[in-house]
Amino acid sequence: MPAIEILGFQKNYTVGFWRKQQKTGLEPLYLSVEQNEVFGFLGPNGAGKTTTLKLLVGLIFPTEGTAKILGMDWRDPKVKSMIGFLPEQPYFYDHLSAPELLEYFAWLSGVPAAERKRRVDAVLERVRLADVGKLQLRKFSKGMLQRVGIAQAILHDPQVVILDEPMSGLDPVGRREVRDLINTLKDEGKTVFFSTHILADAESLCDRVAVIHKGELRGVGVVSELVTSAEKANQTEILWAGGETALPAIKALGAECKIHGPTTHAIVPVAELDRALEIIRNSRGQIISVNPVRSSLEDYFIQQIGEKPQSALEVAR
Amino acid sequence: MTQRIAAIAANTFREAVRDRVLYNLILFALLLVAAAVLFGQISLDIERIVVINLSLTSISIFGVVIAIFIGTQLVSKEIEKKTLYTVLARPVRRWEFIIGKFFGLIETLGVNTFFMALGFYAALFYVSHGLHPSDLNILLAIYFIVLQFVIVIALALLFSSFSTPIFSAIFAFALFVIGTFADDLKNFAKLSEGTVHWVIAGVAYALPNFGSLNVISSVAHDQPITFALFANNTLYAALYSCAVVSGAVLIFERRNLK
Amino acid sequence: MKSRRPNAFFSVLLVVCFAGSMLVESRLDQLRPAATLEEVLYIPSSKVVKRMSVGFEGLVADIYWTRVVQYFGAKHIENASQYKLLYPLLDMATDLDTHLIPAYEFGSIFLTQPPPRGAGEPLKAAALLQKGIRENPDSWRLYQGLGFIYYMELKDYPAAGRAFEQGSKIPGAHPFLKVIAARTLQKGGDYQTAQMLWQAVYESFNDGLIRDNAIKHLRALQVDQDVLQLEALARTYAARTGHLPAGFNELVAVHVLPSVPRDPLGYPYELFPDGHVMVEFYRELPFITQGLPPGQQPSDMDLSTRGK
Repeated sequence: MPAIEILGFQKNYTVGFWRKQQKTGLEPLYLSVEQNEVFGFLGPNGAGKTTTLKLLVGLIFPTEGTAKILGMDWRDPKVKSMIGFLPEQPYFYDHLSAPELLEYFAWLSGVPAAERKRRVDAVLERVRLADVGKLQLRKFSKGMLQRVGIAQAILHDPQVVILDEPMSGLDPVGRREVRDLINTLKDEGKTVFFSTHILADAESLCDRVAVIHKGELRGVGVVSELVTSAEKANQTEILWAGGETALPAIKALGAECKIHGPTTHAIVPVAELDRALEIIRNSRGQIISVNPVRSSLEDYFIQQIGEKPQSALEVAR
Repeated sequence: MTQRIAAIAANTFREAVRDRVLYNLILFALLLVAAAVLFGQISLDIERIVVINLSLTSISIFGVVIAIFIGTQLVSKEIEKKTLYTVLARPVRRWEFIIGKFFGLIETLGVNTFFMALGFYAALFYVSHGLHPSDLNILLAIYFIVLQFVIVIALALLFSSFSTPIFSAIFAFALFVIGTFADDLKNFAKLSEGTVHWVIAGVAYALPNFGSLNVISSVAHDQPITFALFANNTLYAALYSCAVVSGAVLIFERRNLK
Repeated sequence: MKSRRPNAFFSVLLVVCFAGSMLVESRLDQLRPAATLEEVLYIPSSKVVKRMSVGFEGLVADIYWTRVVQYFGAKHIENASQYKLLYPLLDMATDLDTHLIPAYEFGSIFLTQPPPRGAGEPLKAAALLQKGIRENPDSWRLYQGLGFIYYMELKDYPAAGRAFEQGSKIPGAHPFLKVIAARTLQKGGDYQTAQMLWQAVYESFNDGLIRDNAIKHLRALQVDQDVLQLEALARTYAARTGHLPAGFNELVAVHVLPSVPRDPLGYPYELFPDGHVMVEFYRELPFITQGLPPGQQPSDMDLSTRGK
């Protein structure tokens, strides 16, 4: 049973006061997140990531479509005790302290009274806020608020954790902590579904990702597969010294060349690799290194954003 | 269910109490009570009457201001600032949230009124040189004022469920003012005819009636409050605020939280 | 839809509670009929009220004006002997809106008349109208109102005549003012002048209550004149024939009268053997001073019906 199954969520907005126009926030979305997966939901700002997450958590209502979380209807209140949610740029009650807020949330989530204090202390420890004491939340820095946000999302030990831009506003140390936390959650058997526009994070953390742009899903798949499917994957990079005479011939093979002083740097298609090496040897060049080009998720991402949805989805299949 | 409602009510109370603006308003009201004592000394015959009239009116008006202020702040702002996102992501039903808020706000106003009433009775004791049997009667007037607060809180909640804090406050206050003149509206209706009469009469009855809950003048003149009035006012406040809160729930259940 | 059940519940609750509240409210209205009336002058100083109205004096004046009408109506139904708040209310309303002409007009009639048909405070009425004239020097109707008060209740014919005359000089004044002024200054106190005055009131004032009142007065004047004339007729007959007529039928039989005379409401007058004439239903004819049953006081203490 998948942890999250989005079955055609769609969201239209009416904008304008006099002449009402329809605006699409989300095209019909079909997406599946397996249990114990770390799933990244990628897209530029305004793509529809937050919309999807808010639909899932029940903060907004879909124009069409349904979803299932752990096999149950997403609107079922019982589902809520099994998910944890961190909104983008969270904001909490000004005059409460962090422990008070978390105890309140624990109460709302149905954690028994005897358990509450223990859980709250534990989770505060976990997000490194153990010594904030009675400080009121309105005095918290952005990073601290983000950590409180994560704390309240995992406080009741939910099976599925949904995070909207969890790294936003954090310094590198904070981001590392969040990454570690997500990994720990995965080790504990939880499912993590998070959105971000920072690809480096997704690349290192996620089992699978989905790319969304302008309300449309552009691609879904395992990170390593997507990366190799990107154009640049079928290329090799050669570095050599000397052998300037080889240059025109190499270029004729369809390579990009760059000269940095004594060294030349060329990217040749894999098919032409042997040919290229031969040309360089023949021109008395000294080969320094031969490496396959590692394309990144970023390349895949940018590709998907620019292309029509159809071809992108084919690649993912 | 009751667990969650109780939790929300308790949290609302706590949040309200920690907001320092509340204290300023209470202080202001108490100052007015003190001022009433001073005014009363201008004419000793009616000192008691002036103290009662002025103090209870201040408590009433300030209480309404507090009710509207807290009601709109604690709900509208909560919705605007996304504090609500993490609350609703938990197994809390939307209607539980509204009902919890309602009770939390009533609790807050109740405690407020208690302190203001304390100040008032202190002033009354000073002015009347002791207790009077009719002082108990005045308690009924204060009770009716609390009933007014209940209705105003319900209205603040209703508007907060779909409007911004500023507009919610304006609408709620406007309804309070109009509701105070409900009797006059009914007079206007009596003087007109045909469709106009029915429309005005309909509006007059649909609007909250704060006139019947205002017995300040009677109590100042030591006129007794009948049990029938007590019972009917209580029933009216209960029914009307219940209807308004239901409206708030229905609106909030449908609301997309931007 | 999972949320269907709370929605249905709260929808029903909304409707039921709202309807219930309106029912309870009407019950409350019954419980406190006099409430607004007594609380109305909660703040008995027009200066304070003016300041509190913060620019909305016109609206507040209107509110007070509607309260005047309601107050008067309610008291009238009770056949009150006192209309304590009528003058303060009118005074307050006209302080807030000095151009509230209907209020002055109302006061000129209903403040002056003795209870139960009015407050019986002609001096206050005169003061009210003088204030109105100060603030609205071009309103000829207020002069008419003032003159009316002097004439009807204060019986100060010279003052009345002066007021009418001043009013008649204003451009746009109704032509009858000149006539009334002349008559008042000349004789004052006779039926014709009174009739002209009431006729003037009926024609120039717009308020329904005032016009109604004027009609009643006109009828009463007619009755008074009729009764006196008919009694005189009976005496003349007695002088001629040596005995008083047994009734009107006798006078009709001998062709002194064409038919049994009827009062303005259409009911026949009754002639008694001792020579006095009586109306049949004195309760239907407020304000009459002649033709009443013996011992019956004129409408000061008259418990007549509303007779609308």
